[in-house]
Amino acid sequence: MLRRPDPLADTLMTVSLGPQHPSTHGVLRLELVLDGETVVKATPDIGYLHTGMEKTMEKEKWQQVVTITCRMDYLNSMGNDLGYCLAVEKLMGVDVPRRAQDLRVLLTELNRLTSHLVWWGTHAMDIGAMTAFFYAFTERERVLDIFECASGARLHQSYFIIGGCRYDVPTNFLPLVADFLKEFPKYLGEAKKLVTGNKIFQRRTKGVGIVSKEDAINWGLSGPTIRGSGVNWDIRKAEPYSGYDTYDFRVPVYDGGDVWSRYLVRMDEMEESWRICNQALERLKEPGPVLSNHPKLELPNRDLMKQHIDVMIHHFLIASEGFTVPIGEVYQSIESARGELGYYIVSNGEERPYRVRVRAPSYVNLSALPAMVEGQLIADVVAVIGSIDIVLGDIDR
Amino acid sequence: MSSLFESIDYHYILESLIKILIVFVIGLLSPVSMNWIERRTLAFMQNRLGPNRVGPFGLFQSIADGIKFLFKEDIIPLAVNKWLYIFAPVVAVIPAFMVGIVYPIGPEVYLPFIGPTTLYVTNFNIGLLYVLAMTSLGVYGMVLGGWASNSKYSLLGGLRSSAQMISYELALSLSLIAVVIHAGTLDLVKIVEGQAGWGGFKWNILALFPAGIIAFMIYLISAIAETNRIPFDLPEAETELVAGFHTEYSSSLKFAMFFMAEYVNMLTVSILATVLFLGGWNGPFVGQYPLLGPLYFFLKVFFFMFLYIWLRGTLPRFRYDQLMNFGWKFLLPAALFNILLSAVIGIFVY
Repeated sequence: MLRRPDPLADTLMTVSLGPQHPSTHGVLRLELVLDGETVVKATPDIGYLHTGMEKTMEKEKWQQVVTITCRMDYLNSMGNDLGYCLAVEKLMGVDVPRRAQDLRVLLTELNRLTSHLVWWGTHAMDIGAMTAFFYAFTERERVLDIFECASGARLHQSYFIIGGCRYDVPTNFLPLVADFLKEFPKYLGEAKKLVTGNKIFQRRTKGVGIVSKEDAINWGLSGPTIRGSGVNWDIRKAEPYSGYDTYDFRVPVYDGGDVWSRYLVRMDEMEESWRICNQALERLKEPGPVLSNHPKLELPNRDLMKQHIDVMIHHFLIASEGFTVPIGEVYQSIESARGELGYYIVSNGEERPYRVRVRAPSYVNLSALPAMVEGQLIADVVAVIGSIDIVLGDIDR
Repeated sequence: MSSLFESIDYHYILESLIKILIVFVIGLLSPVSMNWIERRTLAFMQNRLGPNRVGPFGLFQSIADGIKFLFKEDIIPLAVNKWLYIFAPVVAVIPAFMVGIVYPIGPEVYLPFIGPTTLYVTNFNIGLLYVLAMTSLGVYGMVLGGWASNSKYSLLGGLRSSAQMISYELALSLSLIAVVIHAGTLDLVKIVEGQAGWGGFKWNILALFPAGIIAFMIYLISAIAETNRIPFDLPEAETELVAGFHTEYSSSLKFAMFFMAEYVNMLTVSILATVLFLGGWNGPFVGQYPLLGPLYFFLKVFFFMFLYIWLRGTLPRFRYDQLMNFGWKFLLPAALFNILLSAVIGIFVY
């Protein structure tokens, strides 16, 4: 707890940054103790967006949980769904078909692009360049159109389900993605010209909010935040999932540990995501099943249903009660746009999860914020918040 | 007694009053029109449309906003220092408008029914000093507003604005000395008249080369800081201090006064840049057709106003310490050096 400074005893001033504040990216509240414009102490106050999602998941059937996971980190919803599905699939021992895996990789990487675009726009706007925001959102709209084409929804797609993808993509999906991928490098070049090369932007970000390599590891940071501190740690390379080991991509790492390094990491990551998308797009040209034929996941053949009562009962059980998952515990992590997103799931053999615990990257990364901003100026606080790219839905859940 | 009344030049008083009214209306309309231009231009720079619903092309949007300001509930928060809180916007807006009387809009023209008349309200031999004095008063509005609001964000914003405006006003005033050295007068009209002819090569931006152009750059940078625009909009950095000094001034008429003061100040520094560096009303054929003068004048002023919008659409914001460093460690020494340079060039070359 913070001691309220006595107005007569010292010259410190306590300022509340947020929860309704344009640059805290949601409802984060920071209690800042200021000495003039210098931050003496910063205390994040979270929980304004807490909706008890982990508890709600225990009340939903295994397959229905996907609609909740995508609402946690709403900017990286595909990735959230993917992590959950992978965890349950691991517990059930389900093999996901090749095409479904490629679709998952393509859509998750596109989602990483949208997430980074939102980050780029808002980060630049926090530092004062407001035009970047509109350019980023214009481009993001195109990716959301792609999501709409694949799943019918733009933000909370719930497209990945346990065992694969909900449906195969429509025929106009691949040309839409190809169009977007063709024009994206041009856009990224413009973006770099507008913000990256700007001297004021560089002066605002270089040497601000430094986290050393050791500190970054000790804090348990992950994602672009730790890669900006010179640690080569990416779940896609360290513990590959969904066939990421078969893709050719680079993990950008910068040594500065400051806001500028984290900025460069994310900008380079957009390029790498673009490369992965291109490779996935090539693979998707071959047709194939998108849902596993595991008996618990695939609905029975309708002709067989009409002939055999046991098949009928099986269909009825899957459709009404849902399937059960073997007793056990599992941890599966993925590289979300913000870092290591982990799901720890306990099943007691029923058709609902016993417990789902989420290791949210934003939550862990935010814990390092006080150390990053103390001693800096108040203007640096918004730059640092932008650079760790938090999503409050991810933190509070 | 009768001689006293006879000695009053009623014609002059009436003429001045009409001109004051015109300048006042220009001052009142400039925020309205500039706001619309700014919002539309910025919108086109940012891939969007901007206000386009009220009136043709959204032209009446700002007027609608103004009406909204008038009819909104006027909230005075409980904790504020009431009289200073009300007084601050007035302090900000009145000096901004007072500068208007020396705007040298055009040369002496012959108007039908009226006869020869000057296109400025008045003119005195220390016009430039008067403008600088009045624009410096505006900072009191921000400081008082920030302090009287009794809010931490407002206080920080007010402190920032006072520090920023004082620092940059030094560089701004010092940069003008190069022009004064060259023109040998503080009279705005004489400065403009001195720049006539030679197809623009007598504009002060080229005077005492290269001192004139250095002075122009310093003036331009300081002027942006002086009017609190991006990249120097720290007093109202919305991502840091909510709305800076006017956080507690909801959106009533008092906020509108701050808003108007900002835009009129923008107009003033643009006009000063035009008058001092870009030849004021001078341009092709002004000698034959003096009525072209105001046109050239407003085109040049508009160029600076557009520059403000352009910068706003492009640049991020400086940090407080960087701003101070830049002002004190770079701009001020540069301005001082420039005085020396222009003096040396003025003595030895001309």
